[in-house]
Amino acid sequence: MANRSRLHVPHAPARPGETPDFSYVRLSAAGALAKPDCTASLDACAELSEGLIRVLGDDHHAVGAWNPSVEAHELQVGLRTMLLTRLFDDRMVAVQRQGRISFYVKSTGEEAVAVAAGMALKNDDFLFPSYRQQGLQLVRGTKLVDLMCQLLSNTNDMCKGRQLPVLYHNAAAHLFSISGNLATQFPQAVGYAMACAIKGEDRVAASWIGEGSSAEADFHQALVFAGVYRAPVILKVVNNQWAISTFQGTAGGEQRSFAARGPGFGIPGLRVDGNDFLAVYAATQWAAERARRGHGATLMELVTYRVSGHSTSDDPSRYRSKDEPSAWPLGDPIERLKQHLMTMGVWSEAQHQALVAELEAEVAAAWTEALRYGALNEGPQLNPELMFEDVFHALPPLLQEQRAQWQQERDPS
Amino acid sequence: MSQMNMIQALNSAMDVALGSDPSVVVLGEDVGYFGGVFRVTDGLQRKYGEHRVLDTPIAEGGIIAVSIGMAVNGLKPVAEIQFVDYIYPGYDQIVSELARLRYRSAGAFSAPVVIRSPCGGGIRGGQTHSQSPEALFAHVCGIQVVIPSNPYDAKGLLLAAIDSPDPVLFLEPKRIYNGPFYGDPTQSAQSWSRHPLGEVPDGHYHVPIGVAKRVRVGHEVSIISYGTMVHVAQAAAEAMGVDADIIDVRSIVPLDVATIVDSVNRTGRCVIVHEATRFAGFGAEIAALVQEKCFWNLNAPIERVGGFDTPYPHAFEWEYFPGPKRIQAALTRVLEPK
Repeated sequence: MANRSRLHVPHAPARPGETPDFSYVRLSAAGALAKPDCTASLDACAELSEGLIRVLGDDHHAVGAWNPSVEAHELQVGLRTMLLTRLFDDRMVAVQRQGRISFYVKSTGEEAVAVAAGMALKNDDFLFPSYRQQGLQLVRGTKLVDLMCQLLSNTNDMCKGRQLPVLYHNAAAHLFSISGNLATQFPQAVGYAMACAIKGEDRVAASWIGEGSSAEADFHQALVFAGVYRAPVILKVVNNQWAISTFQGTAGGEQRSFAARGPGFGIPGLRVDGNDFLAVYAATQWAAERARRGHGATLMELVTYRVSGHSTSDDPSRYRSKDEPSAWPLGDPIERLKQHLMTMGVWSEAQHQALVAELEAEVAAAWTEALRYGALNEGPQLNPELMFEDVFHALPPLLQEQRAQWQQERDPS
Repeated sequence: MSQMNMIQALNSAMDVALGSDPSVVVLGEDVGYFGGVFRVTDGLQRKYGEHRVLDTPIAEGGIIAVSIGMAVNGLKPVAEIQFVDYIYPGYDQIVSELARLRYRSAGAFSAPVVIRSPCGGGIRGGQTHSQSPEALFAHVCGIQVVIPSNPYDAKGLLLAAIDSPDPVLFLEPKRIYNGPFYGDPTQSAQSWSRHPLGEVPDGHYHVPIGVAKRVRVGHEVSIISYGTMVHVAQAAAEAMGVDADIIDVRSIVPLDVATIVDSVNRTGRCVIVHEATRFAGFGAEIAALVQEKCFWNLNAPIERVGGFDTPYPHAFEWEYFPGPKRIQAALTRVLEPK
């Protein structure tokens, strides 16, 4: 080739009709990576940003220094919460297809990224999720019916009809309001964590973004501030390989891992098997402990796969091979934890099927209850007058006038 | 009471807030050790410590984003953007996050952040240190926008902003930091030391946000202005012997429409003066409101005086600036008999 400058355009390894190829995903064997003390220096954490922290092996045994030794009962709670997340997602896509809700975003295949992390943190740690971590809502006890009412924009909608479906919040459970603008929550989480440190609290903040939105300026500003002030924050990049149709190489993942961006900012980077419940749990616990002990922030890349389309408005068969989900080398987080529990002798196929039936019934019952509060196009409906509230803490004169104008439009007599 | 310039008054406001409320923190580029490029935060880090007065990385989007996170965690951040011309990397955080957090979460969350930032020209700052972008923020629902014109208002409004449950963009006309400016750059600089509004209480007080101030009672024409231009417009009117009713808007959002309407209904003539570029400037909103509410009392078309619709040119600063000549020409037009 001629020795001249050229523009390199990253290409997805497989487009529709082609054979999936995940050879670019660098794997480590389960248990292969050493686990430095959580107070270790940046240099002592170096190999964690290009290796892959894994605990569950192909034989479903938990191995190595990163095994968090979680009790069987806790793991069963994790399995149950991931399963509930998936069944909830499946049902919500079905009702979206029926036209009952306008839009939905599934997290299928990425349940461990939210559920294991949420369980590894303390209940008063503050979470800044993106729109694909509904598992956090379920870990923190947001009721299914409340999530569904938000999706329906009905009379019980926590957002009073102002937000697109899935942009939930739960202040009492320390879950921040989800933004539709990408990555904005990343530096906000750093500010929250800085305030924890200023106030002398030992709580930590954690935030999730996708690998696609790690290209935003907010990502870099979050890392600068987190590194400079050693803020007690865990910054998680969920690398699910796809940002709508944009392959992770286009976000900058071709030559270095996303985790490897951490050390450049003075922050350890951990590259973690995002479909390994135990690995996500252990890595989150390590980062939280590091933060609580005054050693600052951790950047964590969770290597996973977006099994579904970006949203119900997306058709992934137009830009990627339909065989990709089954070819994904890190398997399915629910199946892997299930097999692990069975290997431990604390779970059975019969128990699993019973749990699936129980959770399906729970989702169905919640949906029936949610519909009693109405739907976007069926009564009872929210009072539109609510649109004028909460712009400011009190209604300024201009909005009082406009509310009167609206009342006149609605009831001209 | 002490005689203060605007820099000292703003410093005093933050001093009072930091001293009385442990949740107040000040952050920004060069605000800590150095005390700010305009000295507005001088001495505050020494007095309150580096956990409460933070020097930040040069990242305006980051400054605003971490301020939001701090506010969600119960602090009251007073963030400085060194020049408002540099605020745009933080525009998404202001527009999509700060201003809408209360609304999108139905009141579950809010972020009462104050963003202080020097604005306006007249200091040979060229097009990157002279802008007046208040209209870009007035158009955003959910953030208050304030511009004081003197030391007394500056301190009272800043304390009101810090105590407000809603976010505030606090714009500081840097040309009048050290003294009032009457529109003639060839005259020697004035000081606030002999100005009645340079007399500032030492302790805590509020100038309420959302309330305009009649700075001169007159009968021939209403002049609606804010910031530096209040002084320039008043001097221009007095120099030509016009008996003007002069309103200092002070608060762009929320706007005190009643005071403006009351003035124009009495005088029947209206000239709006601001330093920002005229096209789609905030004067357009005031003009629209005035014609809606005062149309049958108007004796002449409403006039808008502003900067030209160009970037603020370094070498031609005073040709660009909406000075006495441009104001007086507008006054002459509105005062012409029908």
